Formats: sequence, structure tokens, C-alpha cells
Amino acid sequence: MTPTTRLPALAGLARQASPAPGAEAPTKIEVGGLNFYYGPKRALDGISIRIPANLVTAFIGPSGCGKSTFLRTLNRMNDIIPGTRVEGEVRIDGQDIYASGVDVVQLRRRVGMVFQKSNPFPKSIFENVAYGLRINGLAATRAELAERVEESLRAAAIWDEVKDRLGESALALSGGQQQRLCIARALAIRPEILLMDEPASALDPIATQRIEELIYDLKKAYTIVIVTHNMQQAARVSDYTAFFWLGKLVEHDRTDRIFTAPAEKLTEDYVTGRCG
Amino acid sequence: MIATRRHLADLAFQLVALATLVAALLALAVLLADILSDGIARVNWQFLTSFPSRRAEQAGIYHAVVGSVFVIVLTAALALPVGVAAAIYLEEYGGRSRLARFIELNIANLAAVPSIIYGLLGLGLFVRALGMGRSVLAGAATLALLALPVVILSTREALRTVPPSIREGSYALGATKWQTIWHQVLPMAVPGILTGLILALSRAIGETAPLITIGALTYIPFAPDSVWSPFTVLPIQIFNWVSRPQIDFRVNAAAAIIVLLALLLTMNAVAILVRDRFQRQVRP
Repeated sequence: MTPTTRLPALAGLARQASPAPGAEAPTKIEVGGLNFYYGPKRALDGISIRIPANLVTAFIGPSGCGKSTFLRTLNRMNDIIPGTRVEGEVRIDGQDIYASGVDVVQLRRRVGMVFQKSNPFPKSIFENVAYGLRINGLAATRAELAERVEESLRAAAIWDEVKDRLGESALALSGGQQQRLCIARALAIRPEILLMDEPASALDPIATQRIEELIYDLKKAYTIVIVTHNMQQAARVSDYTAFFWLGKLVEHDRTDRIFTAPAEKLTEDYVTGRCG
Repeated sequence: MIATRRHLADLAFQLVALATLVAALLALAVLLADILSDGIARVNWQFLTSFPSRRAEQAGIYHAVVGSVFVIVLTAALALPVGVAAAIYLEEYGGRSRLARFIELNIANLAAVPSIIYGLLGLGLFVRALGMGRSVLAGAATLALLALPVVILSTREALRTVPPSIREGSYALGATKWQTIWHQVLPMAVPGILTGLILALSRAIGETAPLITIGALTYIPFAPDSVWSPFTVLPIQIFNWVSRPQIDFRVNAAAAIIVLLALLLTMNAVAILVRDRFQRQVRP
């Protein structure tokens, strides 16, 4: 069996609407020499990467390779896990987010996040989206609040399904709807960057397709970083792909090159399914 | 063969467990039936609205019911905010610091301290040092101390059951720690907190020793009308009547026990209703 016939990404590549633009895309996130530790255990080893603005970057790699951990260093979500430590720097628009004096709360407003397992708050659909606006004081009046909730639900392509039952519990929604609600919730505070940690891994193929279409639409306005286990998904939605292996960044390039002509043997073995 | 023997052992254990349960419930049922047969005839409007008297048939428990309700409401008002705040500190802010662990150990110990010790503390601290006198406030403060360990421990349990994904979701939206606790974590913990409060208050409403220690009266001809009033509570009135030689006062004691049980059940029913309301809000 030749590697080509087992290449899982080809079908996806053919459908990719816009090939990734060249290196002229401005850099949004720049990471240099990043090491990350859970206690004494090093989970990330010397990661350096430039993530371009208003494009989708996918992180792929086997379980435990550090891709989710790396994603969570980009909005300092790992801060809430005791015993973790970061070395190196992460610059967003040139500003080091690990520098002393950086307001983590302010940072997370700029860098939104969607989690692997949808985690709506046990409140109404409306309140789920309104929460971020309220705590950040982003809506002065009730009308403005309602307006921005609607705008966010529309942006996450869930408005038509929930507009008649905004007062109902978010937990009554289906899994795919809950995940889109979580995306709406993240969009409501108008972040610049959207981090997505395997946002479709718990969803069925139809719900997954809706999320992927949504990602495609959202990249006009946001810089998106998505962690995925599913290589077809990486091929379908992303412009750039970064391949992680055992806490190291093995290769980072345009998605079409990663899947058709990777520079590293390890990347080729992984994307063709020979290892990992 | 072996399988059969295992099934037999299973059945035997089930029967033993059932027998224990029946025995426990039976003892309770006998006790209840005994009290009801002794006292139910005495529970009437005159009994509920009269003050104590030397004559058993004229005596009532109005003062004690008002005292019990007053004290227990005030106890809840003191123990709930302090207990919840302490639990939030220990669970969310204290971390694994030496101080937090020291406090934790002591709270677990406090839960096992005999109630009369709390009475002595209340006498020394609230009645004398803080000059509250033998008041409703001193009694409620003493009972609040008694209730605190249970409230703190159950609140911590409740806070711990809130899934980390909810906290992460809140932090990811730019919420501060306090916003996350106040808007997301605490509302989800309310049912567990109320369960702890019910347990603690159920114990407090039946306490006699610490209140006698701080000087709650065994005979008062009036109902307390402010937090500074002297007072008595139902268990003290019951204790007082049971120790009289006349049979009629024992009937009064049985009737007062029925009223105390009714009060306890009402209190728990209200708490359970509130808890269920919150649970419905939290779950679809």
C-alpha cells in the first residue's frame, strides 16, 4: 500500500476553497522558546511559532503531545492549574502576555476560548451569552445587551434555532447546539483571537460540519487556532498546520504542504497514518 | 456450586441489611407512637398560645415556640454567611497553605466537640466578654458556633462538586475569580449548602445544654420581643416539664415534643422546597 492511497487528507484538500496565502500575512501571535512544566514534568519543549492574523491555524498530533497544553498557554488558562510553570515568551501584537503586570482577565477578553466538551452555564440560553457582556460591563442598556446577544447568536449560526426560546435552559439544547452556544458566548465579548480545543470531537458528523462551516466564516474577523485529532478536519478548515510530537513542534507550514509534501519524515508518517 | 454459594451470601446480606433497617425504623415508630398517644390530646390552641403556669392544664408553650423560632432564624442568619464565606476562603483562596490546612484540621475537630463546651464558650465570650447578657442574640450566636463546622464542611463539599469546566468557561470569558465564584460556582452549590444548613439547624433546634449553660431561663412569663430579650426554647421547656413529678406535666412535655417535631419538619420542608427550586433552575 502506498502512502498516497492512505493519505486521509486528500479528499478534504480538494474541497479547500481558498489556498493559504503566502508568508505576507501579518503575525498575530509570536511564541519564542516556550517551555511548560506540570510540576517537574516538562510538557512543552522549546516551542517557537508565528501564528498569522485572520487565518485558521490547526494544531495536530497524537494525544499527550502537548497541543492542548500549548493552546492553553495562549490565554494563560494553565494559570489556574496549581504547580504549572512557563518559560519563554508569548507575544500577542508584540506584547508579552507573560510579562509581569499583564492583566490576565484583560488578556482573556482578547483571547476567547471554546472547549472540547461544551460547557454551557446552567442558566438560560440568553444568560449564557449575556454573562460575558455583563461581567465585562460591555452593554450599557438592556436593549444593547439583547442586541449583542442576538448578534453573537447569529454569528455562531444558532440564532434561528433558539430565537423563540432564549429563556430556556441551555442544558436542554443538543450537543452540537450547546457547542455553537459556547462559540456565541465566546464571540459576544468580541475577542481578537479564538482558541478552539477540539471543538467538534464530541459531535456527530452533521454537527461537526456546521462547526467547520462556522470556523470558515469566522476567520474573516478572528484569528483562529484550533486543536484537532481529526486530520481531515485540519485539512478542511485550516490555512496553516502545526504538527506536535512529544511536547515539541515538529513542523509548521501551510496546510496543503503539511499534508502533501511535509519536510519532516515524522510529519509524513503521522499524516499518512503510519505512526501515532 | 460456587456461584450458588455466592448468591446465597448475597441474599443473606440483603436480609441482614433489611432487618437492621426495619429494627431502626421500628424503634423510631414506637417512640413516635408513644409520644403521640401521650401528648396529642394536649396539643390545642390553648396550649399553643399560653404561657407557663404552675397548673399543668393552664400551662402553654407560646413563649418557647417564639423563642425557638427566633433563636433558630437568627442562628441561620449568623451561621450561613460566615460558614459559606469561610468555606469559600478555604476551598477557593486558601489553597494548600499551612494556615489553610491548620484551619481545616481544626474545623473537622470542632464538629466533634460536645455541645456543652460551646455553651461554656458562649457564656464566656458572648454573655460576659461581649456583654450580650442572657439574650436571644447570645443564644443564637452560641448555636451558630455549633452549626458552623457542619455548614463549612458541607459548603466545601458542594463547592468541590461544581465541575472545573464551568470555572474554565467563566475564566475564559474574562471573569475574575470573584465573578466566577459569585455568578457560577455559588449558585450551583446552593443545593448542597442548604442540605448542610438543614442538618446543622436540625441539630441546633434540639440543643438544650449549651443554652442552659449560657443562662436561657427555664421559666419566663413572656415571649422574647427583641434580640436582647431573655428567652427560653422548646427543648428547655420540655426538659423542665419532664423533671416534674406530676403526671400532667409529663403530658405537657409529650405535647411540646410533638410541637417541636412539627416545627423541625416545617423548617426542613421549607429548606427542601428552596433547594428543589434551585435544582430546577440549574438542571433542565
